[in-house]
Amino acid sequence: MGVLAQAFALVFDPYVLWVILASAAFGLFVGAVPGLTATMATALLVPVTFFMPPVPAIASIVTATAMAIFAGDIPSCLLRMPGTPASAAYTDEAYALTKKGEGELALGAGLVFSVIGGLFGTAVLIAAAPALAEVALKFSSFEYFWLVVLGLFSAVFLAHANPLKGIVSLLFGLLVSAIGLDNPAGFPRFTFGNAELAGGFTLIPIMIGMFAVSEIIRNIGSIDEPWEMAQTKIGNVFRGMWTLTKRYPMQALRGSVLGTAIGALPGAGADIAAWMSYAMSKRFSKEPEKFGTGHIEGIIEAGASNNSALAGAWIPALVFGIPGDSITAIVIGVLYIKGLNPGPTIFMNNAASIYAIFLVFILANLLMLPLGIAAIKCAKQMLRAPREVLMPVILLFCVVGSFAINNSIFGVVLMLAFGLVAYVMEENGFPVAPAILGMVLGAMLEENFISSMIKADGRIFAFFERPIAGSLGILALAVVSVPLLRRLYRAAR
Amino acid sequence: MPGQKFGPAWFPGLIAIGLAICGALLVRAGLRERAPLFAMPQWMQRQRPRRAVAMVLAGLVAYILLADALGFHITGVLILAVWMRALGASWRVTALVAVVATVVIHFAFYRVLRVPLPWGVLERWAF
Repeated sequence: MGVLAQAFALVFDPYVLWVILASAAFGLFVGAVPGLTATMATALLVPVTFFMPPVPAIASIVTATAMAIFAGDIPSCLLRMPGTPASAAYTDEAYALTKKGEGELALGAGLVFSVIGGLFGTAVLIAAAPALAEVALKFSSFEYFWLVVLGLFSAVFLAHANPLKGIVSLLFGLLVSAIGLDNPAGFPRFTFGNAELAGGFTLIPIMIGMFAVSEIIRNIGSIDEPWEMAQTKIGNVFRGMWTLTKRYPMQALRGSVLGTAIGALPGAGADIAAWMSYAMSKRFSKEPEKFGTGHIEGIIEAGASNNSALAGAWIPALVFGIPGDSITAIVIGVLYIKGLNPGPTIFMNNAASIYAIFLVFILANLLMLPLGIAAIKCAKQMLRAPREVLMPVILLFCVVGSFAINNSIFGVVLMLAFGLVAYVMEENGFPVAPAILGMVLGAMLEENFISSMIKADGRIFAFFERPIAGSLGILALAVVSVPLLRRLYRAAR
Repeated sequence: MPGQKFGPAWFPGLIAIGLAICGALLVRAGLRERAPLFAMPQWMQRQRPRRAVAMVLAGLVAYILLADALGFHITGVLILAVWMRALGASWRVTALVAVVATVVIHFAFYRVLRVPLPWGVLERWAF
C-alpha cells in the first residue's frame, strides 16, 4: 500500500488542490462559452503546466477537460449553442426542454449523468490500464507497429463520413512528423539547411494553432451574430434526478460503456461518443418518436457518454503512448516533458504518479457536483462575457504560450501557420484529428516499421508471425476493408 | 542512402504516393459534382467579420515581425487594442483591457513562469 499512500500525499497537497480548483473554474468557463472547447482548454493550459511538477500539471488538464465537457451542456440549454463540440449531439434536445420550461431538468441531468459517466470511465481506466500494461510488456516492434497502424486507421475509417479526406489529413500529419533529423537514419529531411527545421516541429505551438487559433478565427467570422438567451428559472437542479436514475439506468450504463470504448479508440473522442450514444439511445428507446421534442432520455445517455470518453482516451495514451482523442494527443507530449514516458513500464517506474493521476480523475468527477451547480447558477453571467474582449485576450495568451515552449518566435510562426491550415481544413470538411494523430505517431510508426523490417530481414510476412502481432494486423486490415466492402456491397445492390 | 533498403527517403516517399492518389481521387470527385473551383466562406461577404479576421491575421504577423524590436509590452498592448477595436469594443474598455491584460500576462509568464519575454526598446527599464 506504500505506493497508494504516496499517491494520496501527492494529490492532497495544498498546492495541487489549489491547481485543481483553479483549473476546474477555468474548465467550467471555457466549456460554457460557445466556441471555446475542451481541447482548446488543454492547449492553453500546456504552456502554464510546463513549469509545474508532473502531478499538478496533469491534474490541471484532467480537471479542466472534465469540467469543460460538462459545462458544454449549459449553453446548449440556454442559447441553443453547444459549449463544446461534445454537446452538439443533443443541443436541440436540451434547448427544446428549456422551451418547455424544463431547463432545470436538462441542466441537472447534464450534470448528474456527466458525473456518473466520468466515474464509470475512470473505473474502467483504473482497472484496464494496468492489466493491459501487463500484456503490453511482452510487445515487440511488430506489435507496436500494428497498434499504431490500427490507431491511425481507426481514426480515419471509424470516425468520419468521408474517409478520403481523413486519409489526406492523416498523411499531412505524417509528413509534418517526418520533418527534421529525428528519424531512424538520423538524416535531415525537409530542413532546407534551416536550424529550426532540423530540430523538427515542436508539437505544442502547432496544437495551440490547430485547436485554439483556428477556433478563434471561426468565432470572429461570426462576431456579428448576437447570442440570444432563453429565459428560464433555475432552482434546485437535483430535483427529479433520483427518479431519472431509477427510470433510465440502462441508458446511463450503455452511454458510459460506449463512451469509454469510443474514447479508448484512437482518433475518436467525446464528441463522436456523444453522437453515437444519442443515436443508440433513439434506436433502443421505447419512445423514439419523442426524440427531438425535448425528451430527456437521449441527454442522459449521450451526457454520460461524452464524459466517460475522456477517461477512456487515457487508456491507450498511458499504456502504449497512442492517444485516444485530441486531448490525450496533447497530453502525451506533456507526459514526455514531465519524464512520465507513456508505455507499459509507466506503472512500474512511476507507479505513485500514475495512481495520483487516477485519484485526480476521481476527485475531479466528484468536485463536478458542487462546482457544476455553481457554474449553472452563474451561467448567465458567464455567457455575457463580451466576445470582443475575450477573443483578443485569449489570442495574445496563445501567442505568449507558443513562444514560451522554446522561447522562440518560431513557435508563434508555427502557431499562426497551423492555425490557418486547420481552419481551412475544417471549413472544407477535412477532419483535424487524424492530422494530429499522424504528427504524434509518425515517428513511432516509422521507427517500429524500420526495426521490424531489419529484424525480419525484409520479409513482410514476419509481421503476421507472432500471435498478437498477427491478430492486430488482421484487425487493422479489417478496419480498412470492412467499410470499403460495405460501400461496394451497397453500390452493387 | 546507398546500401540501405529502407533509408530516410522511404517513409516520405510513401506519404507522397498516398497524397498523390488521394489528391487524384478528390479531384475526380470534385469534377463529378461539378463543384466550383474555389468557394469563399459566408462571413467573407460581410464587412465587419471580414475586417476583423484580416486584423487578427495582420496582428499576428505584426507580432512575429515586431516583438523582438519593440518588445512584448508595446507590441502586446498595440495588437490587443487593434483587435478589440476591430471586434467592436468601446475605446474605454479597449484601453483598460489592453493594458491590464498585458500586465497580467507579463506577471504570469515573465515573473511566475520565468519566460524571457523580449523587452525590445524598453530594455533599459527592464525589471
